[in-house]
Amino acid sequence: MKHRVKLRVNGQDFEVLVKAKTTLVDLLRDELGLTGTNKGCGTGECGACTVLMNGSAVNSCLVLAVDADGAEITTIEGLAHEGHLDPLQQAFVDQGAIQCGFCTPGMILVAKDFLEKNPHPKDEDYQTAISGNLCRCTGYIKIVKAIKKVAESER
Amino acid sequence: MSDKKRYTNIGQSIPKLDAVEKATGKAVYPQDIKLPGMLCGKILWSKHPHAEILEIDPNEAEKLPGVKAVITAKDMAPTRLGFAQDNPPLKGDRVRSLRDEVAAVAAVDEDTAEQALEMIKVKYKPLPAVFDPEEAMRDGAPQIHAKAEGNRNKLHYAFEEGDVKAAKAESDVVIKHRFKLPWVKHCCLAPHSCVASWDENGKLTMYSPTQVPFLYQRDLAKVLQIPPSLIRVIQPKIGGAFGGKLDLYPNEVICAVLAKKAGQPVKLTYTREEEFKCPPSRQTVIVDFEMGAKKDGTLTFRDVFSILDNGAYTSWGATIPYVMMHPVTSLYKCKNIRFDTAIIYTNNMYSGAMRGYGNPQGTFVVERMMDILAEKLGMDALELRLKNCNQPHEVTPQGLKVTTCGLRECLETVAERLDWKNKRRRPQKGTLRRGVGLASYFHVGGGARVYRSDGCGAIVKVDDYGHVTLITGSTEIGTGTETVLAQITAEELGVRAEDITVINNDTSIKPWDVGIHASRTTFIAGNAARQAAAKVKVKILKTASELLGESEDDLEINDRKVYSKKNSAKTLEIGKVIRRAHFREHGQTFMAEAFYDPPTEMEDKDCRGNISMTYGFGTQGAEVEVDTETGQVRILKMVTANDVGRAINPMLLEGQLEGGLSMGIGYALLEKLVVEKGEVLNPSFLDYKIPTVKDMPPSEIVLVETDDPAGPYGAKGIAESGTIPTAAAIGNAVANALGFHLFELPLHPEVVLKSIKDHQVKGD
Repeated sequence: MKHRVKLRVNGQDFEVLVKAKTTLVDLLRDELGLTGTNKGCGTGECGACTVLMNGSAVNSCLVLAVDADGAEITTIEGLAHEGHLDPLQQAFVDQGAIQCGFCTPGMILVAKDFLEKNPHPKDEDYQTAISGNLCRCTGYIKIVKAIKKVAESER
Repeated sequence: MSDKKRYTNIGQSIPKLDAVEKATGKAVYPQDIKLPGMLCGKILWSKHPHAEILEIDPNEAEKLPGVKAVITAKDMAPTRLGFAQDNPPLKGDRVRSLRDEVAAVAAVDEDTAEQALEMIKVKYKPLPAVFDPEEAMRDGAPQIHAKAEGNRNKLHYAFEEGDVKAAKAESDVVIKHRFKLPWVKHCCLAPHSCVASWDENGKLTMYSPTQVPFLYQRDLAKVLQIPPSLIRVIQPKIGGAFGGKLDLYPNEVICAVLAKKAGQPVKLTYTREEEFKCPPSRQTVIVDFEMGAKKDGTLTFRDVFSILDNGAYTSWGATIPYVMMHPVTSLYKCKNIRFDTAIIYTNNMYSGAMRGYGNPQGTFVVERMMDILAEKLGMDALELRLKNCNQPHEVTPQGLKVTTCGLRECLETVAERLDWKNKRRRPQKGTLRRGVGLASYFHVGGGARVYRSDGCGAIVKVDDYGHVTLITGSTEIGTGTETVLAQITAEELGVRAEDITVINNDTSIKPWDVGIHASRTTFIAGNAARQAAAKVKVKILKTASELLGESEDDLEINDRKVYSKKNSAKTLEIGKVIRRAHFREHGQTFMAEAFYDPPTEMEDKDCRGNISMTYGFGTQGAEVEVDTETGQVRILKMVTANDVGRAINPMLLEGQLEGGLSMGIGYALLEKLVVEKGEVLNPSFLDYKIPTVKDMPPSEIVLVETDDPAGPYGAKGIAESGTIPTAAAIGNAVANALGFHLFELPLHPEVVLKSIKDHQVKGD
């Protein structure tokens, strides 16, 4: 049996039929073609599939699509506006925070949520904010630097 | 460096060329590819670590609606994979490990494919299995491959130089220890995924994250028994590699065979659990190490025997002693060396290459032994290293010809920044104990001739508008090579890196390259790109000389314009030169190719030969705090100084070193595949810990530029080096804090705590 899910993704309304067990990450990737959301483990351990759901960062592999009914979702494809990168995207690019790039969308979105809720973070806050998102390439140093850059420029 | 100022592109920290598409979610990884009619592929794994296969019955599975193909060994020619040709992509008569491929399915969706796997009936006759390489070497152990007597892989790496016996007799101090290193995993953030698609003419397109597209094409053709010219390999964005994509693996062959049988494209993506269990891992190694010195610290000999768990089949894991040997023979000066190995088949998952190849393992044992030796000599560990330090223009016992060498500067810089003089003290008392340690590396920095060719091709095209395309044989796996190659090409041509489009991901377009491994791409592909650019530049200057009426020698290209060195008013934009030459009688276009294959040697059967044009050196230092009540090791600070030749792009270079550091910290403190009776018990990021941001200490990175004469603009390769000495530096710091030595990795709290308790019992 399939279930009807209505949700708003990156400002656009969608209505999708899904199986009860379909997760939000699979809905985004397979049904809506939003493959910027990467699936690194499917079990909520790596953070690569992070999206914003009603303004908060979630592992989209741990959210059932039916539970996203009525939700507002922002994926990495929804961050840039009119050809301008979001300041976090720009900072990740400029600071060398991207290597293979597979963790990048999740990392940027978790940082987005973090800075919105915590506009004046202390040094240790950065580490806590992204500690659920794994990166195997960068050693995180330039990722933290990029997020800090944005926080400081918005001060 | 004085000439640094005149460069426009070299030494600039420009962002990665593909960073924006990765930051916006537009980058396409293999898992993102969707072709019309594409099916989902799944593999049925063995139920036993060692068994005869009596029967495979796929009939029920084939009848399930939505299933388009089920394959077993019967659907393939009896071909085998790997360096020793011992690994059938699908196992027909025998399984030798739990990650063995028994059958595979292509279906309309994942659910159907999984359901079909459950419907394939396999009858096994279990056989006795062996999981410990030392047990596998004993008489009467279950034999895993008929031809491998005593389970010994016929690959054997042995080296001998000087007279170890005499040197031992003449030594004032001799130490001997056994080390044990763990199975570890690459943990690329993207699980392995590939797509196979056949056309009506029998041509196969593979979308693969391979690091070696041309060797892959050759090997895949051989196993599918079709000409290589029928295979096109397209490399989408690669979500991490680290040596884990250096071979052709069964899943990619299976994907191609499924697609052929189904007559539809197939995508085969591993789950994270499969990613932990199935692709080859860095294997466990047991090392017996004996080493001696004179009273004054002069090293006298090193005698090393290693036992490697090869697992059930032979991939590149079996060849890691080739590189493990380098630090043993060549890191610090030592004239008398013996190195020997036993590479042993077991019923564990098979072993593969990983960042640094055997060097992190080799460096760990060499550098831990250096510290223990210093202690026995009553000598400062830094002083011992400086006394035996490598030097420029030295030839090491294996015949490796050092050109530039910044090791002394690296050692001194790290010691200074660690405050070695004050912090390297006698072990402390109390609950929280601090210590410092350091370790260096010696690694290939100018390619590595491990195949008959270590070459890379490049084509540079300049179009009518002055836009440049570099078509390089090399591959981008996230390390930033395409950006660095654009910078090198731009510098040579007198344009800007942003003027360059790099094409590097399609075997039907790009020229041959051996692959991205051995930290070789900046050096080898960089020299190739530079040579091709130089050839185009000659053509441009020749035409410009006709147009401007100036001698070619008096012309230069800078900032996208040809100008006369004598009369700066005489200039022409590159695009204009090209258009003039193009739209005239006997017109021409501007393109050139180069193939750079360095004049190096393959090592001979005795492991001698200069395999690289230059060698990279560096030192890492760690300050740690050990909690003696919990066994927890906290890193307070890491410092690393690296002889990089020349930093083409300091930001991306630092990124490699920082990433390497984090992988090294994982090796030192966190990572271990727990393998019991051939089964990986921790196949998830919850149970197999890689460093998170919280595991990263404050780190200082120092670049030492030695301007290597053979490197493109002086650069050496560095992508692996950041991870090589980390575990040794941390291990040495922990020993300094505790006052005794641990001989295994990782330094998990329970390991450290047990060791503390053992020493307390002994009254140390």
